[in-house]
Amino acid sequence: MRDVTVIGAGVTGSCIARELSRYELDILVLEKGSDVCEGTSKANSGIAHSGYDAKPGTLKARFNVEGNRLIHVLSRELDFPFKENGSLVLALDEEGRSGIRDLYERGIKNGVPDLRIVERDELKAMEPAVSDSAVCALYAPTGGIVCPFGMNIAFAENAADNGVEFLFETKVTSVERRTDDDGKIYYHIETSKGSADSRIVINAAGVYADRIHNMVSEKKIHITPRKGQYCLMDKAAGSLVSHTLFQLPTKSGKGVLVTPTVHGNLMTGPTSDESLDAEDTATTAEGLGTVISRASLSVKELPRMTITSFAGLRAHEDGGDFIIGEAEDSPGFIDAAGIESPGLTAAPAIGVFVAGLVRDILEPAEKENFISVRKGIPSMALATEEERQALIKEDPAYSHVICRCELVTEGEIRNAISRTLGATTIDGIKRRTRAGMGRCQAGFCLARTIPILAEMLGKPEEEITKCGTGSEYINGNIKDGI
Amino acid sequence: MADMKKDLVIIGGGPAGLSAAVSARKEGLEDILIIERDTRLGGILNQCIHNGFGLHTFKEELTGPEYASRYITMVKEEKIPYMLDTMVVDISYDEKTGSKTVTAMNSEDGLFRIEAKAVILAMGCRERPRGALNIPGFRPAGIYSAGTAQYYVNIEGKMPGRKVVILGSGDIGLIMARRMTYEGAKVLCVAELMPYSGGLKRNIVQCLDDFDIPLLLSHTVVDIKGKKRVEGVTIAEVDSNRKPIPGTEVFYECDTLLLSCGLIPENELTGRLGAGLNPVTGGAYVNESLETDVPGVYACGNVLHVHDLVDHVSGEAASAGKNAADFILGKNNTRYDGAAVKIRTESGVRYSVPSVVRPSLMPDTMTVRFRVGNEYRDKDLAVYLDGKQLMRLPKRVMAPGEMEQIVLVKSRMNRIMDPSDGAEHEMVIRIEDRQ
Amino acid sequence: MVDKRELICIRCPVGCHITAELEDGRVKSISGNSCPRGAEYAENEVTHPVRTVTSLVRLKGGEHPVVSVKTESDVPKEKMMDVVAALKGIELTAPVRIGDVAAEDIAGTGVRVIVTSDSAAV
Repeated sequence: MRDVTVIGAGVTGSCIARELSRYELDILVLEKGSDVCEGTSKANSGIAHSGYDAKPGTLKARFNVEGNRLIHVLSRELDFPFKENGSLVLALDEEGRSGIRDLYERGIKNGVPDLRIVERDELKAMEPAVSDSAVCALYAPTGGIVCPFGMNIAFAENAADNGVEFLFETKVTSVERRTDDDGKIYYHIETSKGSADSRIVINAAGVYADRIHNMVSEKKIHITPRKGQYCLMDKAAGSLVSHTLFQLPTKSGKGVLVTPTVHGNLMTGPTSDESLDAEDTATTAEGLGTVISRASLSVKELPRMTITSFAGLRAHEDGGDFIIGEAEDSPGFIDAAGIESPGLTAAPAIGVFVAGLVRDILEPAEKENFISVRKGIPSMALATEEERQALIKEDPAYSHVICRCELVTEGEIRNAISRTLGATTIDGIKRRTRAGMGRCQAGFCLARTIPILAEMLGKPEEEITKCGTGSEYINGNIKDGI
Repeated sequence: MADMKKDLVIIGGGPAGLSAAVSARKEGLEDILIIERDTRLGGILNQCIHNGFGLHTFKEELTGPEYASRYITMVKEEKIPYMLDTMVVDISYDEKTGSKTVTAMNSEDGLFRIEAKAVILAMGCRERPRGALNIPGFRPAGIYSAGTAQYYVNIEGKMPGRKVVILGSGDIGLIMARRMTYEGAKVLCVAELMPYSGGLKRNIVQCLDDFDIPLLLSHTVVDIKGKKRVEGVTIAEVDSNRKPIPGTEVFYECDTLLLSCGLIPENELTGRLGAGLNPVTGGAYVNESLETDVPGVYACGNVLHVHDLVDHVSGEAASAGKNAADFILGKNNTRYDGAAVKIRTESGVRYSVPSVVRPSLMPDTMTVRFRVGNEYRDKDLAVYLDGKQLMRLPKRVMAPGEMEQIVLVKSRMNRIMDPSDGAEHEMVIRIEDRQ
Repeated sequence: MVDKRELICIRCPVGCHITAELEDGRVKSISGNSCPRGAEYAENEVTHPVRTVTSLVRLKGGEHPVVSVKTESDVPKEKMMDVVAALKGIELTAPVRIGDVAAEDIAGTGVRVIVTSDSAAV
């Protein structure tokens, strides 16, 4: 019998697991993907929102502001890429001015620090590339950019370092409430790889959270996946803007953002299309067209330097707010559902809150040897010359460049594979080291990364996958079919 | 503080770097170092096992590794030092002293600096990724650049897939159609967005027609199916604005999509050095000596502009090597005060290499290379100097896939202009109707 | 019996569309070419088309598991796939050098197959 089982190793599940790992608890995380960060967490804007957007009094508002504060602290403790670059919501015509005012007031109510409205001249000085039609903007200095993979992985690794067990490619097929001989409630979980019993179940299943919830609760919830499409541009375009530029929603539609990423690319998006399929992460020509045309409204000239485009699904619950807490009719079944934007920002705060709920139920002791810090993979690209020297001295593999675009070395790739919750797939390596994320999009390094992964996992190259079973790269030897 | 000093550092040991090194040595330069990031010399030629190389240079038809081997042998015979498995991470230029510092790393020496009198950039190019093409759909395994597939098949002996659609009819894509077929895969078709192929005629005939592989001109991939591994792609015809025409979609069941959509010079180092880059070629702006706008830094081969034939790379690199040697040996005057001719290209001529010529520093005859932006038949290539016609060449056909060149004759230029007048002159290369 | 064949000349970038007419397997006329090289190309192509085959054979004890090879001279076009199939059975042992013979008479063509890359033993 486990104490706690978390369903989903996205950023929400990982933050919850990490907070729970402070206690003497037997914790299991079940993930249907082949790695952490395989669903909504991997494909979003990567923004640490300051918190003016959500309606005051909602869970979104509460956890957003607190989550933003926590990211500032935890990005250092857990060593994941975060930059407080500040965000600007642009009013692109005079009519937008009142909308900016409303947002400002909402932000004040939500407790967002240091908010202010900047007028055109100041705005131009802050962002010379901003569109001439921008009349003013809401400036939120605490807004930031974060690497969504880096953040998710950091929390998960730290959880694992503190004893949390993660099972991948393990899909939950049923959750059933049962009562043991002492009359205590527990949950029986069936998965694609066997079953588990657990005192507490935490539902952090992203776009599938309604299905998991509805397996045990009669108070049904309903999630609609909303697809967001993005274009990521070359680093050569990354310095176009320094702040994250949002648009005030207008009658022509919800705005898209233009932002530098924490790694120095330029990103635009997302669209918002309701989707019937929780696996539908395909981009569409129409969607990508919309991203570019909408983004072009925020800046004078949007560079045409897309290196990749992608789509993510946001778990929109009918009620429009996060659902966080014990299900009314199912004691010990805790939802963290409907986690759409600002879910990435909110995740650390959700983690603290949900861990508190568990603590109140199970009353566990705090671990004496809790490891509160985690060190990320060294980056040769970001290292100083002295740091580079030292790394190569320690391990000559840090001199062997595998990904030329992002300057990722064999040392970093080996580190990513061998560390706690190490990469087992090519996507896993990519998200941990950035190998393959550059302008050639793995054209060069893929063939060099596969052999390293195969060697370290002790598998033939044919079994190396992009993102788990069914996504193999290599299909036998030459002349096999002749 | 430099860890070592070299007269000439050549970055890249592929066809350009090798030819430049041999040529610099023949010019009398002793102190040369080639830095290569791979485990062997030869660059991309090592994986180009097909034939068709060397007809110009060696008057015989060689495969890529054989062509590379000829130059590797010359480098070894000349005892030109080279470092393998060594990556250059930075080049900087000191304006006061004129010296260049190359920062590199490898497992033996760690991170180290070399102070060089001259540097030749010969880093080659890379393939254009899918993102640049904005193909919608999923992003599963099974989408490879043609060059990645080529590495897998030709070097590792592994198959990236069994049922293949190729997007883009660049030469690597065409070659891979044949290679994949030879090795047991089924190539369903090659789709090309443009109404003409970007590859050589010979490759269309011998790599596609020989195996009855259809070439679909004015077609593109509009959707990719398969969440984990490619399960198929949808191809549609495009209109004259390259927009897909609704109703023309055809689904191809396949497990692999190869992308052969052009090459981009690999100029991260060049950009960091501060040399000006031509947005059309993606390579540096160079003068008649193939010198970038950083004095003593030269560029040649595919890092300068993407070539069609390796023979042209070798030729261009030989000039760069000679010029760099002359620069170091003080044979050419670096304090130039003569005339400069800027080359402007228009009406179908996309760019020229070089983009500026200083007539008193150019050899008696000099090749200017360029590409055209469309397929042209029975047109004239006209060259004007200061508004006066310098030459006019009737051309049966010019196509974007083949590099064009003209040869400038110094004596003829000097009849139009005074090479010592210190003024700026203009040369125009353009395509005109047949006269 | 007259057989009409359409081809694209590959001798130069012009790419002339050539029509060759054959009667009883012999060339009767060639049109569409703009130079004698085109006529020669078309005649060869329709009477006895030949190709150099470049492919790989397995390699034991080298850095990589395969090494590149080519037919030393052209083989009949219709034999291309036979040549490739015959290469399947060949395995060389490193070291190999450019020019080493991988097969003496490949697929009954009378043509040798030679190695086209150097590969050291590891």
